[in-house]
Amino acid sequence: MPKITSKPHALTDKPFHYCPGCTHGIAHRLVAEVLDELGMEDRTVGIASVGCSVFTYDYFSCDMVQAPHGRAPAVGTGVKRARPDNIVFTYQGDGDLAAIGTAETVHAAARGENITSIFINNTIYGMTGGQMAPTTLPGQITQTTPYGRDVSEAGYPLRVCEMLSTLDGVALAQRAALDSVKHVNEAKKAIRKAFEYQDEKLGYTIVELLSTCPTNWGLSTEDSLQWLRDKMIPYYPLGVYKDIKEVRR
Amino acid sequence: MSERVLMKGNEALAEAAIAAGCRHFFGYPITPQTEVAAYMAKRMPKVNGVYLQAESEVASINMVLGAAAAGVRVMTSTSSPGVSLMAEGISYIAGSDLPMLIVNVQRGGPGLGGIQPSQADYFQATKSTGHGDFHMIVLAPSTVQEMVDLVAGAFELGDRYRMPTMVLSDGMLGQMMEPVVLPEPTGDELPEKPWAACGHGGEREHNVVNSLYIQPHDLERLVIERYKRYDEIKRKEQRAEEYLTEDAEIIVVAYGASSRVSRSAVNKAREDGIKAGLIRPITLWPFPDDAIGKAADSKKTKRFLTVEMSMGQMVEDVRLAVNGRKPVEFYGRTGGVIPTPKEVYDQIVKLSGGA
Repeated sequence: MPKITSKPHALTDKPFHYCPGCTHGIAHRLVAEVLDELGMEDRTVGIASVGCSVFTYDYFSCDMVQAPHGRAPAVGTGVKRARPDNIVFTYQGDGDLAAIGTAETVHAAARGENITSIFINNTIYGMTGGQMAPTTLPGQITQTTPYGRDVSEAGYPLRVCEMLSTLDGVALAQRAALDSVKHVNEAKKAIRKAFEYQDEKLGYTIVELLSTCPTNWGLSTEDSLQWLRDKMIPYYPLGVYKDIKEVRR
Repeated sequence: MSERVLMKGNEALAEAAIAAGCRHFFGYPITPQTEVAAYMAKRMPKVNGVYLQAESEVASINMVLGAAAAGVRVMTSTSSPGVSLMAEGISYIAGSDLPMLIVNVQRGGPGLGGIQPSQADYFQATKSTGHGDFHMIVLAPSTVQEMVDLVAGAFELGDRYRMPTMVLSDGMLGQMMEPVVLPEPTGDELPEKPWAACGHGGEREHNVVNSLYIQPHDLERLVIERYKRYDEIKRKEQRAEEYLTEDAEIIVVAYGASSRVSRSAVNKAREDGIKAGLIRPITLWPFPDDAIGKAADSKKTKRFLTVEMSMGQMVEDVRLAVNGRKPVEFYGRTGGVIPTPKEVYDQIVKLSGGA
């Protein structure tokens, strides 16, 4: 029987541990496909963060370093400064990148560090069981906002791409979503562009991927995708917030 | 380069690190270590090295983690509050079996404390630099020359045992100027690091640098293996200087800046006919149990006097090493106050039964 498809080479054979309906699997595959297509796996070092995606070090075939919570951009900076010819990416969730690691994220971006951050925004802390994240929507119910996120108490969510787009060191800041074929294709193009820009040493690149967490949202896979469309995209509009090549034009 | 030059401790240390092949420095400004970073900022670009000022000590230690994971010789320097901020990263570095050098130019604490010399980070350096079961190798110089001499060895020990090493200095040693002979730059190839995450090049399985082991038995096994290495280090790497200990009745134990003061006090006591000696730990971890134990066994030894610029931290290890065989007394000044030779001399006189 002819082989018509296979997993990307940049993914190992280790089965994912993710919950059914979680979009981490799609994000992993997109990153791996891009590494394959650009022939980069051999010289890539991925930085795993803390959260559900901590085990990415078992899933990507490239060399991997596991970073403390929030510190992936600093660890990535260390790798990149030591090995400027390596391709370095961080894979971080919203709690990791936009709460505990905000300083590391902002300053890696401000330095124009030639690394790429794949930012999974699913509005919740997944691994610890569904607490409020910096990206939890106003009114959203989580384990630690049981009556819904009250912005008068808990403040407002962070729009990371918008915020980082103001920094001169950022080469690409783009938000995509993993809810439909169309959006997944856009996400892949954004990831590819981010790695290409890194290789051209244009500066810091970040691709934010609106993602689902059916388990902690308490929704079915299908309803989760619909919730992403109905609730997340209006608050976190998709699109390119900064593209250094567009700016230059 | 056998020429003697006059240099500040902090700058001599930095130059020695470059001579030892270190080409990566990440740091964050803090007094009284600032000269190390300033010197590196000046020198690294001249030797094709990397100097990067991080946004915090939290970030700088994680940059060090990344560079160490990528297999290069790397260091940072900071002072006491900075080490507290780095504690998390140091624990991850130890848990990932990565070598790197951290220099702590100690100042007074706790809290923001002060900026004058102190030795109040002994516990932090030797017992609890971060969460979990682990150790760093801790080296304590007492002169600018020794600072220089210990640096290359610190990198080598770290590489050999795959673990973090610390040079525990203080604001006095860092800031003072002394004549020093700088080492020749190493022409040697640095050791191979086949475990490094630097791109597999299609030639091997992927390397993973990691400290997470979710299965308790896996984690326990790895920690136990690491402790076997620690046992080997305790057997092989203890270092201490013994000064006039042969016939000593009063043995002063002091490291770093306070050992300089203690040496003067011992000399004065000898002039007055008091048989005093000094044991100066050079490795604080592993602690020189053997040298202290030998002195405790000596029939001549009557008492130990531990002198520190703290409220008494190393004295606990001295007591463990002496293990009740002889009385162990303590004298310390803290908060950035340096004890005078006279103060230590008076303690020696008191213990010797004099006036």
